[in-house]
Amino acid sequence: MSEPSGPRTLFEKIWSRHRVTEREDGQTLLYVGRHLLHDGGATAFDVLRQRGLKPRAPDRIFATPDHYVSTAGRKLAEIEDPRHREMVEKLARNTAEHGIRMFGLGDPNQGIVHVMGPETGLSQPGLLIVCGDSHTSTHGAVGALAFGIGSTEVAHVLATQTLWQRKPKTMRITVDGTLGPQVTGKDVILAIIARIGAAGATGHVIEYAGSAIRGLSMEGRLTLCNMSIEAGGRAGMVAPDETTYAYLHGRPYAPQGAEWDQAVMHWRELPSDAGAVFDTEVSLDGSAIQPMVTWGNSPEDALPIDAAVPDPESAADAERRAQMRRMLDYMGLVPGTPLTDIAIDRVFIGSCTNSRIEDLRAAAAVADGRKVAEGVLAWVVPGSEPVKRQAEAEGLHEVFRRAGFEWREPGCSMCLGTNGDIARPGQRVASTSNRNFMGRQGPGARTHLLSPAMAAAAAVTGRFADVRRLVGG
Amino acid sequence: MEAFVTLDAVAVPLPLPNIDTDQIIPARYLSRPREVNHADFLFHDARRVPATDEQNPEFPLNREAWREAKIIVAGKNFACGSSREAAVWALFDAGFRCAIAPSFGDIFRNNGTKNGLLPVVLPAEVVEDILAQLEASPGAHIHVDLPKQEVTAPDGSTHGFEIDPFAKHCMLNGLDDFGVTAAYEDDIAAFERRYGRENRI
Ligand code: SF4
Repeated sequence: MSEPSGPRTLFEKIWSRHRVTEREDGQTLLYVGRHLLHDGGATAFDVLRQRGLKPRAPDRIFATPDHYVSTAGRKLAEIEDPRHREMVEKLARNTAEHGIRMFGLGDPNQGIVHVMGPETGLSQPGLLIVCGDSHTSTHGAVGALAFGIGSTEVAHVLATQTLWQRKPKTMRITVDGTLGPQVTGKDVILAIIARIGAAGATGHVIEYAGSAIRGLSMEGRLTLCNMSIEAGGRAGMVAPDETTYAYLHGRPYAPQGAEWDQAVMHWRELPSDAGAVFDTEVSLDGSAIQPMVTWGNSPEDALPIDAAVPDPESAADAERRAQMRRMLDYMGLVPGTPLTDIAIDRVFIGSCTNSRIEDLRAAAAVADGRKVAEGVLAWVVPGSEPVKRQAEAEGLHEVFRRAGFEWREPGCSMCLGTNGDIARPGQRVASTSNRNFMGRQGPGARTHLLSPAMAAAAAVTGRFADVRRLVGG
Repeated sequence: MEAFVTLDAVAVPLPLPNIDTDQIIPARYLSRPREVNHADFLFHDARRVPATDEQNPEFPLNREAWREAKIIVAGKNFACGSSREAAVWALFDAGFRCAIAPSFGDIFRNNGTKNGLLPVVLPAEVVEDILAQLEASPGAHIHVDLPKQEVTAPDGSTHGFEIDPFAKHCMLNGLDDFGVTAAYEDDIAAFERRYGRENRI
């Protein structure tokens, strides 16, 4: 296969490495290096069965239940709704039948699929990773090309280990400068989406670059890449570097010994070459980014914490005005209200966006020695069993409990509530998840997105608060 | 998969940007297998009055003139959000075979072409104009011609659209990827000899 000569992007290097063939019409058959499954994907196995097909490369497939598991207990019987229980059981049956490794309920590696992948070392630089879930973009943080697919495509990948794709465009988002105190990966991605819009990266794979990105921990990069889909992007990626290698080293499925050294040698060749060209370039000043909170029903409706609810009259066109009115009505907000005046009912710290150990440490630092405000129900849902173990080893669960938070079992939980963890109509939720769509956390529930530290600050003050005023930088 | 060649049908306008897949089908209806008719889940919450759970007569899909609609016309970034294929099933089971918008969520667009629902991207000004025509004369038809890659608006104006040739071929013939990929077995096997089938990089 002829390679285009000249400088190449990280994306192009991984794409061409997984290209089986390319048709005249531009469709490319890609080989999938890692296929991840969760308990929402039963349909794909139904399709397989109807066609009399079997998974082609079961060794390349890994599964874990997350969407339908109970966060109140670890036993299957604790899943009250039989329909939900059935989803978890189906994943166990389907994977057992085909010899696919599953980290089931009670397994030391069970967790939200996008937390589990990087944490076990299954998600590695240079790999093409797919999963039947839009937030598969998360895994791009380790320098992989990772994107979500629909269930028909999942069935196709199961059967053939390949996928037809047309080459997407590339976008580089450069964030330079130094992030201020309490400004996290979550604030960076919310600022990016507020800037380019929820459709800003449609048709593109994003590479995040610049000194502020290089300075992020692996957790911060995972959060950033996670929400690439909220910017309309197919995938998001960060070039692997020493932070990546330090994070992956010694993880159960990472290469070991001499293989590790060899792998790192290959990974060092992955970053975009100097002079590589992107279809679209965006840049932001990292030092200007503030802790962010969303006010509307699209992740693009994000503002710095010291701002006020916007006035639809200030919108540029009639369509946007109508949409803003509709959102303010749904969210129960009045234009001009300072964000710090908005009282909340619930707090959710969790989801594949912000449920990793660093997220919980940041939230615990705010919760330590304080109390959840009266009338507020606050949950912490660790992203995985390893996160939960680590947090408990550090005593974070005690910090949260003393402050009045509930400490729950790993799963997707209130991020979309498929397991029944939802808010009541009209309740206002400070949530570290990724989508503030109408009804996302239950019919009529009002979701505001923010970082874990900001969520903890909201929990202890009972309203949105600038976390920088609670804890020193 | 059901083939798509041409379609002349009532089109319903949903003049909002960023209509997400959570609105198209709320998450609590996602645990149903494909055999279940998903039509009732389509815009389940959006088409109801929150407090009473009754159908909201104002919601476009509930209005008499648009009940027979097979085409949906929406603002930019239609069906953004999750990868749930059930968003396509709900539209398909309710009779929709085509969606027109200035842009789509990428995954929805793929899911559509793999399930007989044609996503048509037209320039924002054209979509705005078509939305206005549909609202001015409820029940008006749109004609969609896939071989010609052309949409005829209620006022008779025609608008060409782009579609990936592979997706077009599959939709015209009702083919799915499985059949196409089978012809590439030798290439896949050769790739695997280099790359391996095992769990390693
Ligand atoms: S945590 Fe939320 S966004 Fe992430 S996989 Fe689960 S449901 Fe999807």
